[in-house]
Amino acid sequence: MKYRGTKLRQLGINKRKLGKTGYNFVFGLLLTIVMVGLIVLGFLWSPYDPEAMQGSVKLNAPNLVHIFGTDQFGRDIFSRVLVGAGSTLSIALGTVLIGGGIGIIAGAVTGYFGGWLDEMLMRVNDALAAFPSVLLALVIISIWGTGKYKVMLALGIAFIPSFARIVRGEFLRCREADYVISAKLIGVSTPRILFVHILPNILPALLSSLAIGFNNAVVQEAGMSYLGIGVQPPDASLGRMLSESQTYLASGPWCAIFPGVFLVLLVLGVGMLGEGILDRFGGGR
Amino acid sequence: MAEKVLELKHVNAFYKEGKKKRQVLEDVSFTLYEGEIVGLVGESGSGKSTLCKCVLGLLKEYDGEIIHYTKRPQMIFQDPFRSLNPRKTIGWILEEPLKVQGGYSGEERRQKAEEMLRQVHLLPEFYHRYPRELSGGQRQRISIALALLTGTKFILADEPLSALDVTVQAQIIELLRELQEKEKICYLFVSHDLDVVSMLCGRVLFLKDRKVEEYADI
Repeated sequence: MKYRGTKLRQLGINKRKLGKTGYNFVFGLLLTIVMVGLIVLGFLWSPYDPEAMQGSVKLNAPNLVHIFGTDQFGRDIFSRVLVGAGSTLSIALGTVLIGGGIGIIAGAVTGYFGGWLDEMLMRVNDALAAFPSVLLALVIISIWGTGKYKVMLALGIAFIPSFARIVRGEFLRCREADYVISAKLIGVSTPRILFVHILPNILPALLSSLAIGFNNAVVQEAGMSYLGIGVQPPDASLGRMLSESQTYLASGPWCAIFPGVFLVLLVLGVGMLGEGILDRFGGGR
Repeated sequence: MAEKVLELKHVNAFYKEGKKKRQVLEDVSFTLYEGEIVGLVGESGSGKSTLCKCVLGLLKEYDGEIIHYTKRPQMIFQDPFRSLNPRKTIGWILEEPLKVQGGYSGEERRQKAEEMLRQVHLLPEFYHRYPRELSGGQRQRISIALALLTGTKFILADEPLSALDVTVQAQIIELLRELQEKEKICYLFVSHDLDVVSMLCGRVLFLKDRKVEEYADI
């Protein structure tokens, strides 16, 4: 099976005609670089202290001093967006790292060996997947308590099944391949066959699913912070900011608009990059 | 008498189908000697590929004895477009058996790989190329080089010519012959093409209905 059922393809548009490089890849990469660049900037420098409250400039509309305006406590929204996006990004990366790491190992082992181990791990996987991931994360949070790293861990665990399933399918496809049999005959060790011989061959599918996973994690984190079980005040995160600005939607819409737009652009960039990777490198399979 | 490479004694192989066992090889015995090319022919379903799997050690459910007198047998596959890892360079692929054996420095591995490329009549420049940049015949040469780098004296060739066109077939046959003489390599040559078999092989093992019907000189 080829993962090429993109939306454009369904509409009958041939991407090759749109340019060989693929605008998804180029545009996605550019957008991702810009957004991540801004976030990295936020780690190093922001125009104001994101947590400093200033009574004199409460709910100011965007102006030259505060380009994204200020919130109900007089905090600079541009600074908070930069720093908040930083914690959103790091939570999403951590989630993908935990979920992807364990998912890849579990998927590789089950897909390659099959048999009772496969049955067992996949049933555990089914059980995990049967919970909505937010619900699962909620349960974990209520046991371990809130905090940035716990959100990461909770979402990471919730994300394992989706990665494991994709990786398992790909390994299942590759394990009978001639080059794998050849490696076996040479006497290459099994871990090396799994992660050095096979893994690079499933990279396009894996990278694009990691990109999708990343986006889901960004949205989930925002959702959890919005519900008040994610990042805790006074720390900023994009979801947290959206949730706090809800009350002031009429009097200060900029409090919600800028974090929202930033979130959308980040997700859009990574999403297009993922799709672009699959289009560009996945075709030769 | 030349040295033995492989000996099969009364091999019976089975596939499990639920609780029943289905026999796919019945009392197969034969011996291969170094430097000989033996054709393995038979209709589909006669047990050829099962026999190959047993010999390669990929199928473990059999009775009887399979004795190897050399290093692990290697295989040349039918489809040269699938037998090399598409994400690795030729150099990387060829160095893999040396890495498994261990004890070579990076430079030594590279030298050995390039030497082997010359031995199968390819340019050392192929070291940096990817399998997709090579033709079918060139890839089959890489497969042969890979097998030789493991140090084995026994190569199982599963229809290695059927995906190639006639002129390239002739070149590969030439190479197989040359290695047979120079390196005393023994081949078990699976094929449907009786012309090729009669041209290349000294003896033929003819399988029919799971049994050895005939094992004779040509």
